[in-house]
Amino acid sequence: MSTQQLTGAEMVIKALADQGVEVVFGYPGGAVLPIYDALFKQNRIRHILVRHEQGAVHAAEGYARSTGKPGVVLVTSGPGATNAVTGLTDALLDSIPIICLTGQVPTHLIGNDAFQECDTTGITRPCTKHNYLVKDVNKVSKTIHEAFYIATSGRPGPVVIDLPKDVQFASGTYEMPKQVAHKTYKPVVKPDRARIEAAVDLLLSAKRPIIYAGGGIINSGPNAAKLLGEFTRMTNFPITLTLMGLGAFPANEPQYLGMLGMHGTYEANWAMHDCDVMLAIGSRFDDRITGRVDAFSPNSTKIHIDIDASSINKNIRVDLPIVGDAGFALEDLIKVYKARQKKPDAAALDRWWKQIDEWRAVKCLDFKTDGKIIKPQQAIRRLYEKTVASGRETFITTEVGQHQMWAAQHFDFQKPNRWMTSGGLGTMGYGLPAAVGTQLGNPDGLVIDIAGEASILMNIQELSTAVQYRLPVKVFILNNEYMGMVRQWQELLHGGRYSESYSEALPDFVKLADAYGLKGLRAENPGQLDDVIDEMLAHDGPVLADILVDKKENCFPMIPSGAAHNDMLLGPVEEGEEAIGAAGKVLV
Amino acid sequence: MAKTGTVGQPGAAYTFVKGDETVRRHTFAVIVDNEPGVLARVIGLFSGRGYNIESLTVSTVTEDESVSRINIVTTGTEMIIEQIKAQLERLIPIHNVHDLTLDGAHVEVELALVKVRAKEHNRRESLRIADIFGAKVADTTLESFVFQIEGTTDKVDSFIELMRALGDTEIARSGVIAIARGSNIVSV
Ligand SMILES: Cc1ncc(C[n+]2csc(CCOP(=O)(O)OP(=O)(O)O)c2C)c(N)n1
Ligand SMILES: [Mg+2]
Repeated sequence: MSTQQLTGAEMVIKALADQGVEVVFGYPGGAVLPIYDALFKQNRIRHILVRHEQGAVHAAEGYARSTGKPGVVLVTSGPGATNAVTGLTDALLDSIPIICLTGQVPTHLIGNDAFQECDTTGITRPCTKHNYLVKDVNKVSKTIHEAFYIATSGRPGPVVIDLPKDVQFASGTYEMPKQVAHKTYKPVVKPDRARIEAAVDLLLSAKRPIIYAGGGIINSGPNAAKLLGEFTRMTNFPITLTLMGLGAFPANEPQYLGMLGMHGTYEANWAMHDCDVMLAIGSRFDDRITGRVDAFSPNSTKIHIDIDASSINKNIRVDLPIVGDAGFALEDLIKVYKARQKKPDAAALDRWWKQIDEWRAVKCLDFKTDGKIIKPQQAIRRLYEKTVASGRETFITTEVGQHQMWAAQHFDFQKPNRWMTSGGLGTMGYGLPAAVGTQLGNPDGLVIDIAGEASILMNIQELSTAVQYRLPVKVFILNNEYMGMVRQWQELLHGGRYSESYSEALPDFVKLADAYGLKGLRAENPGQLDDVIDEMLAHDGPVLADILVDKKENCFPMIPSGAAHNDMLLGPVEEGEEAIGAAGKVLV
Repeated sequence: MAKTGTVGQPGAAYTFVKGDETVRRHTFAVIVDNEPGVLARVIGLFSGRGYNIESLTVSTVTEDESVSRINIVTTGTEMIIEQIKAQLERLIPIHNVHDLTLDGAHVEVELALVKVRAKEHNRRESLRIADIFGAKVADTTLESFVFQIEGTTDKVDSFIELMRALGDTEIARSGVIAIARGSNIVSV
């Protein structure tokens, strides 16, 4: 039977179950009580009670990013919906598939400033891929199925479905999900073959090629990462990854140049600047990547493969645009490349690798350790080494700030879906709820939130969620007592006037852990670092580890805003030197 | 602070034409599902991304009223115009987007109602000008006319300018509607 009489609320649960949903992250309230009642009466879907609706969306993001499945959120009307907005915007900018169900006041009260009414579709229109207000119970199931299709296909993103309370109570006909072509939404996934052939010819003619891949590889699925590896090895081209792409190519392979962009490696940024043919795939020439647009890779022929046509020629004009899914495109690239039975100029490629090795010799990520104080980079490096030694599948989430960039630089990822960070929106408070969602999607995984002491306080309440569901997430706080990234910019741009960037009146994180009912640890000097990490990893439950690190350390390399890739700061700026020009200062 | 020189560059394989920075006026026809919020999506996209709207008209165009056509006149550099099209195409309830300016010859028409309050000589003069422009008198009192004029934006502009010189005016304009020349029919 393909149709069935149900209430709107029952349809919601059935539609989610029929879409294969196992977990919903939510928080109840008046306008979603019928759905919570329907949840209560079933056992196909597990509901995870978060402690703040922003946390629900980030948890769903962590779940989605680490499993490749869409994340589902359920919140009430008014404040429930507005609290979700940051998470939705985060998911939009990082292309994460999210279905967010919001309760709404009954249809006859819409527009009356009713209790806990807000214009949810109006508010979320610019921060979702699409949204719906469902006023007819007979459209509930079809809308939910369509939402899953839209959220997960093409360039993924968040979709909101606003459900008035009377629609949840009403009875109507349920429709099963079916494969239907959408009337107007038809994402292009298969790349144009002639363009792929042109791309291969360009790559074969290259003397100084580079592959610049991003989050699109991760979104396309593990097969795309596999194919990216295959193609990269086949060509012997150097490859660099964006912040969102980390793990798309194994960091321990010699062709990997590290992350590029504002805090990317010297070799990656120089290779981008000096290359003659660039293959951008699943990456979008974001301003953190390009730096000064007019000085960005000035003499290269650029091939850009992206599933979103609007990402092409937005910031940087490219020579060969190709619209399509990264996985399909790589499949075709490999086929055509093999069929050509040619190789790029080996001597030229050899010279290029020699040049790259010179840049590598700068060892831009090296840092000095100190006997008395833990260096943040050192803490991450040790954490990395110990997770490798543990042999466990490790998943890293982060908050936002210096610790996030250090994690990107010093924690090596060999596989996709192991790195969850807020790249596009840069949302402090992302990491802990994302870790909760990641742990739920990967019950046997080792999930660690690399945090800053300021960021962690933005969604600290989610520790309760971790405790309630016995989720053994580890929060690894690099506590520098500063909003370090803000402090770093104030040092570089504002004459060291540290306006409001000191983390005053911090809680005692060990006692805080105790209050929430989880294990609290602290490392105050390098001698204690290893023991604390060991104890944290060995503990079969959630841990909050407070790692006191150097307060003054800055994150390098850095391309200051408004500067070009070959104009990189490798270490502290010398006295009297201007790191950032007037034009750069107005940029963020 | 490390700075190093640039290695020799042979240049791009394609001649890299620097993007055209000239700002041009483009007319779009956007075919959309006639559903609640669709106009807000389009307008929100323009305001959110800082694109200019010179005029915008919208009306249903199918027998069952399920599809609407939005005509938008906008301005921008080549790259921005390309972005506007790509961004519009990304909206879910949009059937298709036509850059009529890029696609070739098309007809553009605007309608305006121009009320002018004028006496004696100026009153007679307004009638004479209306006649030259082919404007119709839609309403009259002893001291005013309402003229109805249609034509290109330029023509309507110059008519209004002349009327303003003759007396107090009140103006209502429809915004541009446009359609491609030739026998080809846009599918919805
Ligand atoms: C919600 C939010 N508010 C403000 C900012 C701006 N911001 C970026 S990094 C940062 C400081 C983060 O401090 P901390 O978490 O201690 O990390 P650290 O840089 O010290 O490693 C701030 C305030 C942000 N990214 N997100
Ligand atoms: Mg800090």
